[in-house]
Amino acid sequence: MCAERLTRRSECEWYMEAFGQMRVPVIIYADEQLIKAMDEKVCEQAANVAKLPGIVKASYAMPDAHWGYGFPIGGVAGFDPDEGGVVSAGGVGFDIACGVRALRTGLTPDDIEPRKAELADMLARRIPAGLGSRGKLKLSRQEIDEMLQGGARWAVEQGYGTKDDLAHTEENGRMTGAEPRYVSDHAKERQKDEVGTLGSGNHYLEVQKITEIFDTHSAEAYGLAQNDIVVSIHCGSRGLGHQIGTDFLPRMAKAAQSQGIELPERELACARVNSDLGQRYLGAMNCGINCALANRQVLTHLVRQVFERFLPEADLVLLYDVSHNTCKVEEHRVDGRTRKLYVHRKGATRAFGPGHISLPRDLRKMGQPVLIGGTMGTASYILVGTEKGMSLSFGSCCHGAGRAMSRKQATKRWHGQDVIRTLAEKGIIIRGASKRGVAEEAPGAYKDVNAVVDATDKAELARKVAKLEPMICVKG
Amino acid sequence: MSKAYWEHYSHPADMGIRGFGPTKEEAFTQAALAMTAIITELRTVEPDEEVEISCEEQDEELLFVTWLNSLLYEMATRRMLFSKFEVEIENNQLKTRAWGENIDLEKHSPSVEVKAATYADLKVEQDKDGNWLVQCIVDV
Repeated sequence: MCAERLTRRSECEWYMEAFGQMRVPVIIYADEQLIKAMDEKVCEQAANVAKLPGIVKASYAMPDAHWGYGFPIGGVAGFDPDEGGVVSAGGVGFDIACGVRALRTGLTPDDIEPRKAELADMLARRIPAGLGSRGKLKLSRQEIDEMLQGGARWAVEQGYGTKDDLAHTEENGRMTGAEPRYVSDHAKERQKDEVGTLGSGNHYLEVQKITEIFDTHSAEAYGLAQNDIVVSIHCGSRGLGHQIGTDFLPRMAKAAQSQGIELPERELACARVNSDLGQRYLGAMNCGINCALANRQVLTHLVRQVFERFLPEADLVLLYDVSHNTCKVEEHRVDGRTRKLYVHRKGATRAFGPGHISLPRDLRKMGQPVLIGGTMGTASYILVGTEKGMSLSFGSCCHGAGRAMSRKQATKRWHGQDVIRTLAEKGIIIRGASKRGVAEEAPGAYKDVNAVVDATDKAELARKVAKLEPMICVKG
Repeated sequence: MSKAYWEHYSHPADMGIRGFGPTKEEAFTQAALAMTAIITELRTVEPDEEVEISCEEQDEELLFVTWLNSLLYEMATRRMLFSKFEVEIENNQLKTRAWGENIDLEKHSPSVEVKAATYADLKVEQDKDGNWLVQCIVDV
């Protein structure tokens, strides 16, 4: 069995030597309890990733890792194109650049509490969420192409947000290398009225309060203090991202053989970076990233409008915006030299350490804010990237709690109405979701986010800065 | 003796769908019903409007996933849910007539959107009695 081959190298690092067709070892970051509870399949899937051409250093799994399709969710892998490295549509997944952004508000719970229900209703009314919802923007083909090239920058140019928002978004709000011509008409058709929609599943918009500060110095640099109200938005690239995955997965699965790639399973479909198909996918996936950035930017604008009307004293300032499902070209030191790698993060967050050139000036000294979404009703965290994380995992860490139970098991165990009532007793208002959707997302269906974040901190992938508890949750 | 039915099965992140039937066509149909049933209660979806979909692939496993994804595309762009299907398969070419109606949030109370059908845990198999099983994990 796979997990039996793991040896413990330190409190939170588990190592599996390469064997068989694996080109590199597997490294899983987790504490003993998380590793015991971790699905056997995580190890197996991480080992499969280790078999792909051009993989560098190791196939990593983060503390929230669970059984995914192809890559484990919580999987990180870097590929060197000069060594035949690949880009994998399966390694990015269907919700390209699904991510989280957090906004400071300048408010405290006292400002919110008296009108909490009213605010929740207003947010639920103004933020299009759930299956079949349409955004307020209707884009022509030309406008879609502009959005796909411009990302959040396009959204700001259209009047949705500020230049300062862009500085505090990965890639300054615009992913370069986006090629709308490689995005199918089907994908564009799905997006023509989905910009500015939250989506469904585990996506949400939350009003949260900071209940604990772990690192005063970083918190100050991030403008965060105990009792501050923060708004977090979790969503992705909507139908366009899903369709790009759907379009490229079969093409890569079919082309693998002709590129001399042996796929351990079809879902790991990939193509050489230095191939026409690889380049086409990258051009399309970068459009997917821009779509997600534009989407979160438009949603930010809608949230600001609600707060302006409701609590005009609020000033919603973007702390940072992180993406979870991406493949990005990054420079990393490997074996004493700097190499250009195609780093896949599937359900993992980029967590760059202090001084990294890509960070905005006001945060560069500190390191990247890492936003970890909890589940409906449980805590979220803000962490800071570490220098050590850069060498441990290409500057990556966990992305959330990670599911511990299937949706099916969850609906057998809980009723949506009971979940909503229990959360209401804790002062958390849920809006927008169907009852079954709420049961599927019940907090108990996820791993303990506190344990995941503690292991991340102990492994030094990123360091804890602040803990946030939800007050209002608008479900997708 | 065999009958056609569908089921969901557990997957930590997502959901597995499975269709059984005496013919490949029936098993495909059942799996598509299982997909709709992830989103809403099947009985709430009236088969009022008909949509035709066709696709082809190089093998039957790829065909199964491509077909489910074609249905998802029609559902997303037409804002529809489907509750009845007629499937014809010949030489890995597939023609479907799907019946359903527009999504009504009140009536269907959709719990989740299906993002895509995946190749994970993918099977298109016939047992020794000639019955078919088709399955895959869908990303929600």
